[in-house]
Amino acid sequence: MLENYLPVLVFIGVGLIVGVVMVSLGFVLGTRRPDSEKLSPYECGFEAFEDARMKFDVRYYLVAILFIIFDLEIAFLFPWAIVLDKIGMVGLVAMTVFLGVLVVGFIYEWKKGALEWE
Amino acid sequence: MDSLIALWEWLGTNLIVLQILIKIVVIVAPLMLCVAYFTYAERKLIGYMQVRIGPNRVGPKGWLQPIADAVKLMFKEIVIPTKANKVLFLIAPLLTLGPALAAWAVFPFSDGLVLADLNAGLLYILALTSIGVYGVIIAGWASNSKYAFLGAMRSAAQIVAYEIAMGFALVGVLVAAGSLNLGEIVRAQQSDAGIFGWFWLPLFPLFIIYFISGVAETNRAPFDVAEGESEIVAGFHVEYSGMPFAVFFLGEYANMILISALTALLFMGGWLSPLPASWVDGVFLLGDGIHWLFLKTAFAGFFFLWFRATFPRYRYDQIMRLGWKVFIPITIVWILVVGLMVVYQFAWFS
Repeated sequence: MLENYLPVLVFIGVGLIVGVVMVSLGFVLGTRRPDSEKLSPYECGFEAFEDARMKFDVRYYLVAILFIIFDLEIAFLFPWAIVLDKIGMVGLVAMTVFLGVLVVGFIYEWKKGALEWE
Repeated sequence: MDSLIALWEWLGTNLIVLQILIKIVVIVAPLMLCVAYFTYAERKLIGYMQVRIGPNRVGPKGWLQPIADAVKLMFKEIVIPTKANKVLFLIAPLLTLGPALAAWAVFPFSDGLVLADLNAGLLYILALTSIGVYGVIIAGWASNSKYAFLGAMRSAAQIVAYEIAMGFALVGVLVAAGSLNLGEIVRAQQSDAGIFGWFWLPLFPLFIIYFISGVAETNRAPFDVAEGESEIVAGFHVEYSGMPFAVFFLGEYANMILISALTALLFMGGWLSPLPASWVDGVFLLGDGIHWLFLKTAFAGFFFLWFRATFPRYRYDQIMRLGWKVFIPITIVWILVVGLMVVYQFAWFS
């Protein structure tokens, strides 16, 4: 059972090594003539006006929170989906109730305007 | 004596690793070639769609263009901005390319032709493709540049929003197939109806939503606000140059090929022949085989390029509205519909 996962582990390693090799190749072959202008952050030719670590819109944060809730919901749906043909109607009704609760929450956040980006 | 046995065992386990490595090279090398020529196909196709001829200078009809591009990028200077967080700056592209390649570990190319036949195959792919967003957000943060930061925020929010729609679409596939094993999912689509037995028909809304979400996940046009050239220059990878940029680029294209291949696998019957099995059994090239998977993948990949030539870029609020207010409700309803079809063993699921 677990030996099935060995190729996966090796493949993840190879995937990362391919990237490392390519970047190192760039460091070896590429020219290197840095100057202070070249190494400053790009801002269409201007000097950087202020710190790049700036405030950002709270809605991004909201999206992240909503994502966690829904992704968890999907994680709960996965095992249910696999065995649905065995648990039949009972399972379907149970999951409909579960989804119903979440849909109520979804409608609430919709009406509250959490999904608005004007 | 003990040390000899230890050596023998060490050799045995390492031979297994060597075998695995050879198989991985057999998968990754053609994949990299595909990625290179996918960029060429994109430039040629969009060229023809705009009544140009596209790249035609390097080699016969421009066939060596991708190779020339790769060599050029190799000799370019790697600029690391002074204000950037250097370690994270270099890790970010690896996090984009690594998972895009590693996801192929569980991919069945034909019946039984798979490197690791995991029972949790689809879960593994979902987990790996989710790592890609870290590459984007770390790149934007580590660059310490406003454009990169804004691009990363937009891109991350968009990717997670569409990941939900994608996840729900996958739940629909799981309900229909009753297995997380990718090979099993394809075998569940096998029937005497040929093309009409595949999941694209009973799961049609999920099929469309899965593919469009895939386009949004890979930040491709018309969902490419993350790199919107006309406002934030290149988005999260604006500070990248030379090989680190090339790694981002390869990761993006490898992800597109992965999404196309998964669409072919989950909804279009993978390696199955579109003709009913009873007609074509044993007939050369018409029966099931890996060539069908390649054809279907190329078909899905073509849409990525076509979209880019056809659609203007969406506004950000339109993207978020489509993801949250259209796709998620449709997928939730369709999961219940599929559930009913499975419980009552309707047509495809008897």
